[in-house]
Amino acid sequence: MSVKITIDPIACDAYGFCAELLPEAISLDEWGYPVVDGHPLPLELVEAARRAARDCPRRAITVTTRRTESR
Amino acid sequence: MNTTMLWYTTRATGIVTLVLLTVTMVLGLATTNRARARGWPGFAQQELHRRISILTVVFLGLHVVTSVLDTFVHIGWWATLVPFTSPYDRVWVAVGTVACDLLLAVFVSSLLRARLRPGTWKAIHWLAYASWPVALVHTFGMGTDAGEEWVIALGIACGLAVLIALGWRLRTTALHGEALRGVRLHQVVPGTRLAPPRHLTRSGRS
Amino acid sequence: MTTSVSPAPGRCVTHFLLGQPSDLAGHIAAHGPLAVRGRRDHGSVDALLFGLERSGLRGLGGGGFPASVKLAVARSAGAGGTVVVNAMEGEPESDKDKVLLTHVPHLVLDGAQYLAAATRARRIVVCVPLGLDHIADAAGRAMADRRGAGHGRVGETVMRPPHRYVVGEESALANFLDAGVARPQFRPDKGTPLTIGRRAALVHNTETLAHIGLIARYGPDPFLSRGITEEPGTCLVTIGGDVAHPGVVEIDRGTPLHGVAKLAGPASGAQAYLVGGYGGSWVGPSHFATPYSSMSLRTVGASAGVGIVVVLGRSSCGIAESARIARYLASQSAGQCGPCVFGLPAIADDMAQLAEGRADDQLLTRLGHRLDVVDGRGACRHPDGAVRLVRSALSVFADDVEAHRRGRPCEHHGAPTVLRLPIPGGPP
Repeated sequence: MSVKITIDPIACDAYGFCAELLPEAISLDEWGYPVVDGHPLPLELVEAARRAARDCPRRAITVTTRRTESR
Repeated sequence: MNTTMLWYTTRATGIVTLVLLTVTMVLGLATTNRARARGWPGFAQQELHRRISILTVVFLGLHVVTSVLDTFVHIGWWATLVPFTSPYDRVWVAVGTVACDLLLAVFVSSLLRARLRPGTWKAIHWLAYASWPVALVHTFGMGTDAGEEWVIALGIACGLAVLIALGWRLRTTALHGEALRGVRLHQVVPGTRLAPPRHLTRSGRS
Repeated sequence: MTTSVSPAPGRCVTHFLLGQPSDLAGHIAAHGPLAVRGRRDHGSVDALLFGLERSGLRGLGGGGFPASVKLAVARSAGAGGTVVVNAMEGEPESDKDKVLLTHVPHLVLDGAQYLAAATRARRIVVCVPLGLDHIADAAGRAMADRRGAGHGRVGETVMRPPHRYVVGEESALANFLDAGVARPQFRPDKGTPLTIGRRAALVHNTETLAHIGLIARYGPDPFLSRGITEEPGTCLVTIGGDVAHPGVVEIDRGTPLHGVAKLAGPASGAQAYLVGGYGGSWVGPSHFATPYSSMSLRTVGASAGVGIVVVLGRSSCGIAESARIARYLASQSAGQCGPCVFGLPAIADDMAQLAEGRADDQLLTRLGHRLDVVDGRGACRHPDGAVRLVRSALSVFADDVEAHRRGRPCEHHGAPTVLRLPIPGGPP
C-alpha cells in the first residue's frame, strides 16, 4: 500500500501546522508554504499524515492510499 | 443537592466559564498563519484552543443546568435557549442566553466542520467575537458576585487579555499588509485573495 | 480575399488551414454542409474518434493533450454541456488565434460543432478576450452568417473574459464561464472533466478545432500526409523578434527551426530563438537545426507550446530579455498560490539584479534553489513555465551569465526590447 499527500495550493494559507506534524515528509519554503517530498510515505507515518490533514485550518491536505500491485 | 449548593455551583461555574472562554479567545486570536516564534508549535496551540473550548462548553453546560435546577428562583428550561423567557431577572438572564446560543452555534458548527463550506464555517466562527463581550456583560449584569473585588479584578484581567490579544492580531495583520504591498506592486490582479507570507522574523527578509 | 498571412508573396509557405476560404459561401462550396447527423448516429462519432486517434492530433493551446482522449473523457460526462473555443491568445507573442478567427472562422466553428455533436453539448462559446474587439466582431459576424444560413446545429456565442496571461488556461476559462471568476482551478486528476454549470465542458484551442473541422470531414489522411511520420500534420507559428517580416506562418511539422525562422527573414547571427512563448524556452545556435516537432524539441529542453518563435538578434541581451519576461510572468500570477505569488517576483528580482550586473555572491545559488522550489507547486502550470524560461536562459546564455555575475554585463543589456511585453493595464 502506498500513501500520498496532496496539498491544494489554492486553499493553502501557509499556517505550517503540517510541517510541524510531519517534518519527515513536509518542509516549508522561504515563504512559509509546504513542500512535500514526492516519495510515498512509510506506513508508520500515515497516522501523522491523517492528523496533519485534520488539523489544517484550510483543509488543504488530502491523504490518498493506493494499493500497490504485487508483481 | 440543596438549593444553596446549586446556587454556589452556578456562580462558580459561571466564573470559570468566563475565564475559560477568555483563554479560548486568546488562543484563537494568537493562532494565525503569520508571526509565530521559531520552534513554537502552532498545531499545539490550535489543539489547545480546541480542547479548552470543549472545557468551556462543559462548564457552560453545568452553569446552565444548575441555574435551572435551582428552584429558589424560577428560570425555566426555555430560557436556556430562548432569550427573554425567564421570569427571573429577565434581561440579564437573556444576555446570558444570547451568549450561550452564540457559543453553541460556534461549537456545533466546528463539530460539523467537515460538512460545511469553509466560508460558512468561518462566518459562524466569527460569532465567537460577539459571544465573549456578551458573556462579560451577563456576568456583571447578573450582579451576584459582581461587587466582590476579586471578581472585578478577574473581569478586568480577562478584558485586558482579550484586548491585548486582539491588538496583537490586528497589528500583525497590518504589518503583513505592508509586506504584501511590496509584493502587490508586481501583481496586477484586483480583488484576488493574497495569502501573507511567514513573518519577517523568519528569514530576515520579506 | 487573402488566403495566406505569410507576409510576403513568393516565399514557399504551406497552406492547409490557412488556405481555406474565409467566407461561409466559399467554405460550404469547398467542404459541403456540416455533415453532422442525428444524436443517435454513432457512426459519425466513432469516425471522429477514430480520425482523432489515428491522426494523433494533440491540443495546440500549449497543453499537448491528445484530442481523442479529451473527447472520450468529455463524452463520458454526459450530455448538455458546453464546447469552449479558446481564442484567448494568452501568449503576447502569438497571433494565431486572431488569424484563425479572422481568416478561417468557419473551419474553427465547424470543428466545435462536430465536437458538440459528439458530446451532445448544448452550446458553443467562443472566448475572445476584452481588448480584442475587432476579433470578437469578426467571430460575431461569422456566427450571424451561419445562423442565417442554418449552418450548425448548436447555438454559438462569443464571451469576453479579461485579457490576462493565465485566463487562457482551460480551467480558468471554465471557471470564468461557470462562476465568473477567471482564475485557474486545482485539478489533481485530469481524468475528471471540467464542468460549467455541473455539465461537462470541453475546452479546445482555435487551431486544434480548425484541424478537427477538417479531420471530421475528411478523416485523418490529409493530416497524416503532411509533416513527418513521427509527427504528422501542419501547425501555425508566429515568428517575431529580430526579423524583417514578422507574422503567422503555417509550416509542416518537422521543419527545422532555422527553416521556420527563415520564413520571416531573420537578421543574421541570431543568438537564440525563444520557442513556445514566454512560458517556453530559449534554444541556442547549436540546436537551430532541431526539427519543429514535440519529440525533437523536448530533446533540447523546449516544447512547441502555442507555436511561437522569437528571434534574438546580435544586439540584444538574452539575460535582460529573460529578466523582462520573468517580471511580466510574475505580474500575471492569478494570486492564488503562495509559491507563485511570492516565488515568481523573487525570481524576477534575482534576474533583474543579474541583468544589471548587480549580482551578489549567492545570487546563482539562491536563484537555482528558488527555481527548484517553485517548479510544480502551483495549481496551474504558470510557475512551471516561468521556471522553464529562466532555466533555459541560464543554460543557453551561460557565458553571458558568467560575465553579468562578475559585474560586467554585456553592452546590450540596456538595449530596447525586441519583445512585445504588454504593460499591465495597457492595451493588450
